[in-house]
Amino acid sequence: MHQAAGSAMSILEMKDITKTFPGVKALSNVSFRVEEGEIHCLVGENGAGKSTLMKVLSGVYPHGSYTGDILFNGQVQAFGGISDSEQVGIAIIHQELALVPELTVYENILLGNEITKGIRIDWNETIRRASQMLKKVGLNINPDTQVKNLGVGQQQLVEIAKALSREVKLLILDEPTAALNEDDCDNLLSLMDGLRKQGVTCVLISHKLKEVIRIADKVTVLRDGQTVITLDAHKGEVSEGSLIKHMVGREIDDIYPKRGHVRSEEVVLEVKGWCANELGNGRAVLKDMNFTLKKGEIIGFAGLMGSGRTELARSIFGNPDHYTMQGEMRVKGKKNHLTHPREAIAAGIAYASEDRKGNGLILIQDVRQNITLANLKAISHRNVVDANAEVKVANEYKTALAIKTPSIEQIVGNLSGGNQQKVSVAKWLFVNPDVLILDEPTRGIDVGAKYEIYTIMNKLVEKGMSIIMISSELPEVLGMSDRVYVVSSGRIAGELPIAEATQEKIMQMATSC
Amino acid sequence: MIVKDFQKVLRQNIREYGMYIALFVIMAYFTFATKGVFISSRNIANLINQTGYIAVLAVGMTLVIVIRHIDLSVGFLAGFLGAISAIAMSSWGWSGPMSALLALALGLVAGLGTGFLVARLGIPSFVATLAGWLIYRGALLLVTLNTGTIIIDNAFYNSLGNGYVPDALGFLKFLPGVHKLTLLLGLLAIIYFIQSEFKTRRSKLAYDFEVLTKDIFTIKLVFVSALMACVTWVLAGYNGISWTLVIVGIVVVLYDFITTQTVLGRHIFAVGGNPDAAELSGISVKRIIFVVFGSMGLLAGLSGILFASRLQSATTTAGTLFELDAIAAAFIGGASAAGGVGKVTGSIIGALVYMSLTSGMNLMGIDISSQYIVRGAVLAAAVIFDVSTRRGRK
Repeated sequence: MHQAAGSAMSILEMKDITKTFPGVKALSNVSFRVEEGEIHCLVGENGAGKSTLMKVLSGVYPHGSYTGDILFNGQVQAFGGISDSEQVGIAIIHQELALVPELTVYENILLGNEITKGIRIDWNETIRRASQMLKKVGLNINPDTQVKNLGVGQQQLVEIAKALSREVKLLILDEPTAALNEDDCDNLLSLMDGLRKQGVTCVLISHKLKEVIRIADKVTVLRDGQTVITLDAHKGEVSEGSLIKHMVGREIDDIYPKRGHVRSEEVVLEVKGWCANELGNGRAVLKDMNFTLKKGEIIGFAGLMGSGRTELARSIFGNPDHYTMQGEMRVKGKKNHLTHPREAIAAGIAYASEDRKGNGLILIQDVRQNITLANLKAISHRNVVDANAEVKVANEYKTALAIKTPSIEQIVGNLSGGNQQKVSVAKWLFVNPDVLILDEPTRGIDVGAKYEIYTIMNKLVEKGMSIIMISSELPEVLGMSDRVYVVSSGRIAGELPIAEATQEKIMQMATSC
Repeated sequence: MIVKDFQKVLRQNIREYGMYIALFVIMAYFTFATKGVFISSRNIANLINQTGYIAVLAVGMTLVIVIRHIDLSVGFLAGFLGAISAIAMSSWGWSGPMSALLALALGLVAGLGTGFLVARLGIPSFVATLAGWLIYRGALLLVTLNTGTIIIDNAFYNSLGNGYVPDALGFLKFLPGVHKLTLLLGLLAIIYFIQSEFKTRRSKLAYDFEVLTKDIFTIKLVFVSALMACVTWVLAGYNGISWTLVIVGIVVVLYDFITTQTVLGRHIFAVGGNPDAAELSGISVKRIIFVVFGSMGLLAGLSGILFASRLQSATTTAGTLFELDAIAAAFIGGASAAGGVGKVTGSIIGALVYMSLTSGMNLMGIDISSQYIVRGAVLAAAVIFDVSTRRGRK
């Protein structure tokens, strides 16, 4: 599939890169070649291996932790860390910006690369150099400004200026436009065009196919940790259709268990005009979202990472974090104004977080304690926990969900990802909610465990529970949902009955804003 | 076989047993080095009364550390509240019990105030309580400005730190000079311990949980019972059980019950283990912060009472460094700075370790400068031990 190697013009060539994590093959014989002076886009679904590949390239995963070769400027490289890759002129700009907010723009640009005169920093020269770099990226600001006072788009440009100050040869941008508004996006793309004219080579990772089509010289598509194809824009091979086809590519395997459809027309949850604005700067995160959930139904929320799905789920669950909320929500016809997860649980809503380890489970506690945490009242008399009742409950869920653990006294942190997910689901089932929100329920777990989670979901809806499933994996959304809502840039971009939903349609909606 | 089992149990529980072993070694060493003076009834009784005012702070501090915070203000808060209760008795003519209640009530209010700063205003607890440290220190100096040391001559109040439970069984003729009520209570405690161990074992077996082998279980029962009998005998040889021991005992039993058996306790440890997960499980993290700091303030009041009572006066420097002793005791007792881990009983042992060091070194006539260095080294060693055994298990 991959093109023949050997052109003298290649600035970067990655050959047969394979990277495995315990239990998962993240990259499998990936080849990736970038010619000097081009903008090369890397696209693929979430989890396709784009970020892993770039981490291999930049030395985050050091030489020896993967197999395969990296050739940069024709020389085989063995990076032991990020500083090694920076040394040869590779700069990577991550989605999460790596600037120090309290420092000024010029301090940030020359951070780690300070211009010195003896043992003192030469501030005049520093400011002069920084201003020069700012001009290069077309950013017209005072270099004395603190970075925290800049918008995200400007910060991104500062970061690029920082990379340029190190005489970068290959600039990697990891979803730089994900957090930007349209004007900032436009600016950034124009800048990349300008840099291309100055001879800087760029690798752009992006989910937004429109911008890929606008800017790319070549596009490489990754899927399931493998290179699918490299398309050449100048030969007219790059179009939205061709990209989506290669990104999605696979047949949906029959890994989704069938269920009897029991959904009724009774609306369990109704959300109207749901808006969220960030506290402080007022940036709109969710914009006028409307949706309904019926009894015994699974609705899928598809969309890209950062599109606002998790913010939506958490705000429904009464935990809007640092947002101010507007809009109306009805649970079983009753209007609710939830200000804390406690109230959401009482209203019959449960939310199993996407980040099991970060805010889903208490890893240092055992299975039993995690399962009962959200509903200790049910096994307590006068606020004293009944130890026998607790053991009984925990064992019931252990059996019902087939949680593989030596005992319910096992520390949750020692379980595998799939079993942790089951513990997290068990915790919320013990609350016995009407609406169960599952945020990325199968992220990072193997196929067997996925099947078990799907089976559990089917059993729940057959009993009359309603499920909202947020997922970045399109096959899963299509395989499990009764209806699909596509979220894009904080808006509901569309609703699809499952009969009409296809991966291509969802992708198109998800990348529409 | 028994030896092998024993090694296995020791390895699995090294962290928990480590402190007990350390306490045992320290006490044995001082007993040897002071030719038995250290283990004398009189000294042990004193040791317990001296540990009391640190022990109650350590109990509260354990919970504060479990929820990933710290409270530096409690030392001078204790000193200040002790002075207030002294003033209530000497200047306002309040009764002993009322003055003590006043200190407890003000302590609770002060603790809730800290909770307000931390939970509502989002001020880091280190800073908020450092401010409290300064304020209470100033307040203590202020209220003792005119009088200097305030002498307390209230019999009830002074008995809290110095008095002993009267021997209700003193009329019995056998073993003259031995506190018979203490013997009886000690015996009851041993019976209760053995009975509850059997009960726990039975219920664990019913659920097929891992239990100690029969041999090891027997050894444990015999060993702990013997230890309890020893302590009882030593205490009974002097004045018996002090009121301080009773008060500390009640605090420990109550807090141990709350932390291990109740919904509130679970919520506290959940917040410490992962505040985000706790919040998303419907637990109000803010409320827990209020509760924990409120309890800390209340116990600071109690500590202040015990200390003022012990000295039978309120001094201008009362409470100096108490907070650091309490923090040290909690860490020696196995609390983790990362949160979510800690035991009330562990912290009590930690406090005992700490005060045994002080008491033993005083008896040996070791210079105060060396004492600080030794205590610092023991604290560092305890935490290094804790961290390395934790890592070993992962």
